[in-house]
Amino acid sequence: MLNIKDLYTAVENKKILEGLSLNVKAGEVHAIMGPNGSGKSTLANILAGKDGYQVTKGSVLYEDKNLLELSPEERARKGVFLAFQYPVEIPGVNNIYLLKAALNAIRKHKGEPELDAMEFMSLVKEKMKLVQMNEDLLTRSVNEGFSGGEKKRNEVFQMAILEPKLAILDETDSGLDIDALRIVAEGVNSLRNKERAFILVTHYQRLLNYIKPDYVHVLGKGKIIKSGGPELALELEEKGYDWIN
Amino acid sequence: MKDIIENYSADFKQLQNINKNDWFAKERQSAFDIFQKTGFPTTRNENWKYTDVKPIARNIFSNISESNVRTDNGEIDSVFFKGLECINLVFINGAYSEEYSDIKNIDGKVVVKNMASALVNDKEILKKHLAKSTDKTLSSFTALNTAFIQDGAYINIPSNINIEKPINITYISKDNTGKFATHPRNLILMGENSKATIIENYVGNDETNYFTNSVTETVLLQGSSLKHYKIQQESANAFHIASLNTSQSKDSRFESHSISIGGALVRNNINASLNAEGAEIIMNGFYMTDNTQHVDNHTRVDHLKPHTQSHQNYRGVLNGKSRGVFNGKVVVHPQAQKIEAYQNNANLLLSDDSEIDTKPELEIYADDVKCTHGATVGQLDDDMLFYLRSRAVDEQTARSLLTYAFADEIIKNINFQAIENKLENLIISRLPDSSLIREYV
Repeated sequence: MLNIKDLYTAVENKKILEGLSLNVKAGEVHAIMGPNGSGKSTLANILAGKDGYQVTKGSVLYEDKNLLELSPEERARKGVFLAFQYPVEIPGVNNIYLLKAALNAIRKHKGEPELDAMEFMSLVKEKMKLVQMNEDLLTRSVNEGFSGGEKKRNEVFQMAILEPKLAILDETDSGLDIDALRIVAEGVNSLRNKERAFILVTHYQRLLNYIKPDYVHVLGKGKIIKSGGPELALELEEKGYDWIN
Repeated sequence: MKDIIENYSADFKQLQNINKNDWFAKERQSAFDIFQKTGFPTTRNENWKYTDVKPIARNIFSNISESNVRTDNGEIDSVFFKGLECINLVFINGAYSEEYSDIKNIDGKVVVKNMASALVNDKEILKKHLAKSTDKTLSSFTALNTAFIQDGAYINIPSNINIEKPINITYISKDNTGKFATHPRNLILMGENSKATIIENYVGNDETNYFTNSVTETVLLQGSSLKHYKIQQESANAFHIASLNTSQSKDSRFESHSISIGGALVRNNINASLNAEGAEIIMNGFYMTDNTQHVDNHTRVDHLKPHTQSHQNYRGVLNGKSRGVFNGKVVVHPQAQKIEAYQNNANLLLSDDSEIDTKPELEIYADDVKCTHGATVGQLDDDMLFYLRSRAVDEQTARSLLTYAFADEIIKNINFQAIENKLENLIISRLPDSSLIREYV
């Protein structure tokens, strides 16, 4: 599904990724771990199409097509979803309307009929339970006045509605208490299936107690320096990142 | 320049001949003398530093309103507020339209009528108030208006009356045989503990090159409360200069919402005078400009007594080669202790060639006051744009959506559904991808 090959990127001439390669197949869950500044969030942002990163070398193929030449909105329509580390507040843009328009844009792209308000609301009701979202939050402006935990839940709720093919979760666990973490993790687990791939970007092993990855990769100095199974995360937890260097 | 002044002079003589024995003739004459002496302001005048009125000063306009210009039901429907029952006063090219106005079924003692008939029938009270709260030396435009008063709205709400229906004053400017100027003059008197909502809506759709020079005077007696909405949607070639003067007594509350969307060259003046303890004014404003539009909002609040409050919040969205000006001054007079004054102006520049000059000013002569002011100028937020696009929203739609959201911060303060709806539609319709934005808001 996703094939990253020898990727080099820079922001304002500062090198961030230096030769990163990663292969993700449908149905797999990959955890990307690494210390602060190792380039984890850069990878998430580049995959979602954020401006400001220069790709100086390498390629990213998504479903065998060049992902990097697509706009963020085209990627979203083709099934790429980023759950943000810091979901931004957008006063004046209605949370639920945004989600409905997003879903219908994706369905339209897939050649499926758009959902009307009734159909959409019954879908919302069903998915809300998944992350125990408070109904009041739906009709507010996007993330406006949400607590940190509510913002993260809203990201997972959006993911549940939009049903992406490739979901990238950027430090979704950060800032969550243990109950919220469990709810978010259960939401993610319920979305796991053979067609969907996940990339979990995380600093701590904690999240991986709840979401069991197929692969764990350690990012250091802009590339993957070690890969392994779930046991690698436990080893990191015990020995710290210095152990690999 | 000389022949321009001569044109005003000739029109003025004509008007004075029509109203020979008019009790107001003397007042007109002295106002015209002031205009003749001072002429149009130049940018050397500090109050007009950022707004050059030469385009107005260069033109010859006809200043005598003609009452034979017609409108139709379709146009009236499009300018009225959908689903809002109002007391309606309609003026077409400056002249009162009895046909489209509706001032029947008004509470017994409440007075809502056109100024031309008030000048004849309500002399005594007009003598006391007309042209009394305006400072004629402040602007030669106000003097020009006073000299040329022909029509406008006269509203008098007696004590303890709460008039539920909004009073909607519509000024329509339509294609005429030549360039014309109108000088609408409104007088609003609020009795003790009275309450009212008044809308001034200036509309023009034709390509006509006309000049609206309006003045509104309001007097709020003790405990009264007035919500005032001014919506300026003149034609793209129109000049619009408007002054709102308020004089407030104890515990009175004035709420001003000023929305400027149309016009080629626009200046909105608000002069607020908080004359007694407990008087409060709220001033919200929004302007949206494109192409070569120029919109200037100029406010002045005088805190003359202790425990008075003013809250100003103006926002603008500028595109193309347009230019905006915000110049807001708050003066706290020496005896005005324990007052609160808040002033903010936020701007969104959508293009490289748009420009905003923003100048919030505080002059404080008291020592125990709470005053804050600020101004911001910025572009659309990149993180918000990326978030929306990552949720499948097209870039252009995302830009329009965020622009709308910025404007809506002011619009939603209006607290009046029918007006909010109309303005939201008006703003959305002026943004790219307008049909798509409606899905998100």
